[in-house]
Amino acid sequence: MIEIILYILLGIGVFFNGLGSLGLLRFPDVYTRLHASTKCTTFGSIFTSFAVIVYGVYHWYGGSNSYGVLAVHAFIALVALVVTNPTGAHAIARAAHRSGVYPKKAVVDKLQERGDLND
Amino acid sequence: MIEPFFLVAALLLIFMVCGIIRIVFGPTIPDRVVGLDTINTLVVAAMIILGAAYNEVIYIDVAIVYALLSFIGTLYIAKYLEGGM
Repeated sequence: MIEIILYILLGIGVFFNGLGSLGLLRFPDVYTRLHASTKCTTFGSIFTSFAVIVYGVYHWYGGSNSYGVLAVHAFIALVALVVTNPTGAHAIARAAHRSGVYPKKAVVDKLQERGDLND
Repeated sequence: MIEPFFLVAALLLIFMVCGIIRIVFGPTIPDRVVGLDTINTLVVAAMIILGAAYNEVIYIDVAIVYALLSFIGTLYIAKYLEGGM
C-alpha cells in the first residue's frame, strides 16, 4: 500500500521535472523558457519531497524517531524551495527585460511601451 | 523499498544535463541564468531524495542551506544584470 502511494508521488514528480527540462530546451525565448522550467520543476519538486515526507511519517508510526526528524526536515526544505523559487524567477525575468532582452514573437509589450517609467 | 529513490535521483541527474545544455548553448545571458536556476531546483530535489535513500538527515539539512544560498546567488546575478551595481 505504502509502496503504491510512493510510486505514484515519485512518478508525478519525475514526470513534471522532465516536462520542465524539456521545455527549457524546446521553447524559443527566455521568458517562455522561464515560464516552463520554473513552474514545472517547482511542482515536480513538491511531489518528490512529498514522497519523502510520506515515507518518513509512515516509518515514524512504525516506531523509529529518526524517520520523524527526516520528515520534518524534508518539509522545511520544501517550504524553503517553494517560497524562494518564484521570487528568483521574478527577479530573473525583470532583469532580463531591463537588460534589453525582449520577447521574440510578442504581439504587445506593455512594459516596453511604458519606457523608463518603471526605473 | 529503497531502489525507487535511487532511480528518481538518476532521472533527475539526466534532467540536469538538459540545463547544462541550455547553459552551454544559450544565446543570451538570461537564458544561461534560467538554466542555472533550473539546475539549482533539481539539485535540491535530488538532495532530499538521496537523504531519504541513505537515511541520513544531514543531507536534507544541506538541501535547506543550498536552497537558500542558491536563491541569494540568483538574486545577485539578477541585480547585476539589470544594472543595479
